Amino acid sequence: MSTLNPAGLATHEHEVAHAHAAHHEIGFVRKYVFSTDHKIIGIQFLITTLIMFLVGGSLALGVRWQLAFPWHEMPIVGRMLFSAQGGAISPEFYTMLFTMHATVMIFLVIIPILAGAFGNFLIPLQIGADDMAFPTLNMLSYWFMWPAIACFMSSFFVEGGAAAAGWTSYATLSAIPQAAPGSGLGQTMWLLGVTFVGFSSMLGSVNYMTTIINMRAPGMTLFRMPMTIWAMFITAILQAFALPVLTAAGFMLLFERTLGMSFFVPGGLVVNNAPATIGGGQALLWQHLFWFYSHPAVYIMILPAMGMVSDMISCFARKPLFGYRPMVYSIAAIAGLGFIVWGHHMFTSGMNPALGMTFMVSTIMIALPSAVKTFNWLGTLWGGNIQFTVPMLNAIGFVSMFVVGGLSGIFMAAVPVDIHIHDTYFIVAHFHYVLFGATVFGVFGAIHFWFPKMFGRMMSESVGKLHFALSFIGFNCTFFPMHMLGVAGFPRRLADPYNYPYLEHLLPLNQFITYSAILMGTAQLLLVGNFAYSIFRGRKVGRNPWNANSLEWTAPSPPGHGNFDIPPVVYRGPYEYASPLVDEDYLMQTRFLPHEDRHADPYAEPH
Amino acid sequence: MIGAVAAVGSFAVSPAMQWWFPGPSLSPLGRQIDDLFYLILVITAVTFVGVQAALGYILWKYGSGTGVRGVFTHGSHTLEVVWSIVPAGILLFIALYQMDVWAKFRVKSLFDPDALARPVAEVTARQFEWRIRYPAPGKVLQDTPQFDDLYTVNDLHVTSGKPVVIRLRSDDVLHSFYLPHLRVKQDAVPGLVIPVWFQCDKVGEHELVCAELCGWGHYKMKGQLTAQREADFQKYLDDLSKRQFDDGVPSAPKEEPQAAAQ
Repeated sequence: MSTLNPAGLATHEHEVAHAHAAHHEIGFVRKYVFSTDHKIIGIQFLITTLIMFLVGGSLALGVRWQLAFPWHEMPIVGRMLFSAQGGAISPEFYTMLFTMHATVMIFLVIIPILAGAFGNFLIPLQIGADDMAFPTLNMLSYWFMWPAIACFMSSFFVEGGAAAAGWTSYATLSAIPQAAPGSGLGQTMWLLGVTFVGFSSMLGSVNYMTTIINMRAPGMTLFRMPMTIWAMFITAILQAFALPVLTAAGFMLLFERTLGMSFFVPGGLVVNNAPATIGGGQALLWQHLFWFYSHPAVYIMILPAMGMVSDMISCFARKPLFGYRPMVYSIAAIAGLGFIVWGHHMFTSGMNPALGMTFMVSTIMIALPSAVKTFNWLGTLWGGNIQFTVPMLNAIGFVSMFVVGGLSGIFMAAVPVDIHIHDTYFIVAHFHYVLFGATVFGVFGAIHFWFPKMFGRMMSESVGKLHFALSFIGFNCTFFPMHMLGVAGFPRRLADPYNYPYLEHLLPLNQFITYSAILMGTAQLLLVGNFAYSIFRGRKVGRNPWNANSLEWTAPSPPGHGNFDIPPVVYRGPYEYASPLVDEDYLMQTRFLPHEDRHADPYAEPH
Repeated sequence: MIGAVAAVGSFAVSPAMQWWFPGPSLSPLGRQIDDLFYLILVITAVTFVGVQAALGYILWKYGSGTGVRGVFTHGSHTLEVVWSIVPAGILLFIALYQMDVWAKFRVKSLFDPDALARPVAEVTARQFEWRIRYPAPGKVLQDTPQFDDLYTVNDLHVTSGKPVVIRLRSDDVLHSFYLPHLRVKQDAVPGLVIPVWFQCDKVGEHELVCAELCGWGHYKMKGQLTAQREADFQKYLDDLSKRQFDDGVPSAPKEEPQAAAQ
């Protein structure tokens, strides 16, 4: 285990050797299934979340089918699943589709693919540790995903069907079992599933914080850490502070539903012609508690991608990251402000209008650190020697789409404008630009970038470029028109919006969106195919195929148990590309240059 | 490169003809909301085009593949200060500039006092309809239902050309009272009574939409707002009263509403 004590180096080597010896004794199950190795766990997370990505995508295509061809027989699966309705989606099932699409994508794809897959794989490798601080907790954090997956997936088959109150599960729809078919057992299972993923996140979060604080290699000062590590660190802090609120709120709702306690249901309601048996609660309380977690969670879903994109952009611009410290501070600012903006989800909820004003100011100001980050990415690209590799294309896609998502956020942050576009397709466009356009393209880049480190082989460049092009075109054709739908007052979550005459003329636009979504969805098969094929047949590569600087590229590809065959010592930051000190255009963090006075002492603070 | 071009290209499609506001706003406050929308649109459009063009130019200029070594720089303090302070000023301006319209829409003390004192109706949302309770003609709406209140479903009549207040409630789950042509939206929250004001300048029927997921039948929770001239509105209430208290006895209906009015 690495420490900052230079005298411990010899011990460190001994421990690595010991770890290698131990590695040969464990069997298949301990090595690949219930593994405590952070790399295996990271890859397990990655493959699981990629499968869930396809599941969530299929649910979205179901939603898109209904919006383009309402009450028409669904192709392929219609007869199989909905024979009772002549192959068409029922309105009940439609509400379950969008609820579970969001649930799967948020809780089983984006959060675990960032923190679980890349956080796990990269944190020890990039800080020069041999594993996580708590390997068993790490294993548990992966295996807690499975009860959650079981809860979510099996809820489709219980009486009433899956949860149907939206991923936000607003009370009282979610609190009163009679309120909707999906508010029965399906909602209870949804709450259990969210609790399980919460366990998974919390175990990861504790582990990441401890590992990053305590296990950095000699010389790896905080301000020599790659942006990925900074982002993962701040994300872990966000998780640790925000998640308990959601877990508590989830249990409150669970007890309200099952034990007859009263938190969110006020008295005197008549639901489905039956008086509710409980009362005395306040429906807005759920929204406050839910968004107190779920708004920071929005940043949990993008900050790690921002970090990884910073690493990729600097590497393929062959140029130091522009404004490293402002980048770190703006991530911290986004995380800090992220805790005081939750009310912007509730502008039309009927809360005190003075709160609307304060939340508007804090929300609009969060655009500031986002803008600073964007300008710094542009500054990094400026004057570089840009290489259009697949990771770079996806990283540039991230920046470009993040600009759209960031700017469209200002419309909704402005309370009066939000009155009109709240709960319309404008918000759907906005968060898909942030979460898909930015985060998912960042993840696509990261998969291609770190794949050689994971498996010792490259993914196909040409398939990767085709996948990027189709995804990018499909994505923009799908989500850009949704801004216009939103301005036209097209509400979200309607099974048949054309019931309203003022929306009838928007049907052709919705059909165009659906065709684009099918294109985008199909393109993902390229990614999955490329991924699976390259694990076994990709071109073999050495330790540092991208000529990058950070520590993971000094380890073998793939790294063995214990990661580093040569214990890393860090002499400088991770972005010294094009340094005049060396002939090559990169300068690894571990390379010792005798004439480099300022950084010769690995224990000195830079500057 | 391709990315930036495609993004700018898709933006060029955006001011497409019918994919825009559902007609000009029919309320004065809605027109102010539209103006604020266009203000933000101009600011963000300039930023969008500027940033994407800069990105495209940088990618074109430095991505030519000539292999010239990158510039070795770690950043610029001056630039960081400039691109922090300028957006901060613009964003703060946007935020403060919105306050006024929001206050007019939601702060009760700024409501039209006459309209607030005599709410036109109580609108109760329930799965999946809008129940409307008017006070008897000439009376003031009470918190609790009165014997002479007038009831109707899914058709809210109001007087055009002046501010009106409704009291919004929910019987079961969350709903949202959305008048897209007036740019009015307010959630109906079980357990709360929320006053909502709006002014419809155009006589006629306008759609009333439920904009908050309220269950499987959310999509069919459709109502309408009927804006009428004062006299027509009074006549409507009178007719409603006659119909409601018609017990089928030929001579009776005339007296009952009058008795109620006293």
